[in-house]
Amino acid sequence: MPAAADHVFKALADPTRRALFEQLTRHGEQTVHALTRHAGVSQPAVSKHLTVLKRARLVKHRREGRETHYHAQPDALAPMVNWLDLYGAFWRERFDRLESLLKRMN
Amino acid sequence: MSNQAECPRSLVIERVFAHTQQKLWRALTESTLLAQWMMSNDFEPAVGKKFQFRSEPKPNWNGIVDCEVVLVDPIDRLTYNWGTGGANSGLQWVVEWTLTPTMGGTHVRMEQSGFSPEQIAAYNGANYGWHKMLGGLERVIEELA
Repeated sequence: MPAAADHVFKALADPTRRALFEQLTRHGEQTVHALTRHAGVSQPAVSKHLTVLKRARLVKHRREGRETHYHAQPDALAPMVNWLDLYGAFWRERFDRLESLLKRMN
Repeated sequence: MSNQAECPRSLVIERVFAHTQQKLWRALTESTLLAQWMMSNDFEPAVGKKFQFRSEPKPNWNGIVDCEVVLVDPIDRLTYNWGTGGANSGLQWVVEWTLTPTMGGTHVRMEQSGFSPEQIAAYNGANYGWHKMLGGLERVIEELA
């Protein structure tokens, strides 16, 4: 499991973070203040969630004056796609090994 | 596949082996045989049995898969949970084996499905990002099939 995929899965496993990410994908760049209005949790909590999303590279931020603006990076979802790819290769290899084991078995 | 278009979340690998179903069941459920093609393990075919698959640690992965037997239906079906990254923060899947006798052998179907219910709920969002990702998943699954 690549670290990137791990971060993406963990980041999106939380409903509040998912809502934040969806909010940003739907409505584009927003400030922490604006996001807090929709999130139903405190601003420090929103900031904490945004940090997790940032670590997963699902969002990026920029500062403008005293406000921090966040926007979504949907390309960061790619590791989830790669997960299937990864496991596909894993299972195919195991099936090959199973095949050769069966030949050796009585 | 069509009914999963909105929610593709499982990986299916199928193959017909020119061996008896009994032999395949043994390869899937006898720990020493299982170790020869999967990974070293302490598997036992008993519902509720917690076991691990262990392989060489890799960068970003400790090489351990934490599992629990969910269903044992000799010699047709075997299901276990499949978790990586530890019990609390980790990622959970379900691995389901189905054996069916066919002409001259046994049809083996492995389905790895996930994610956790929470992660599945993540797919319910309908917007650009998710659609883009689901499109990607569809493609990957089609290529695998």
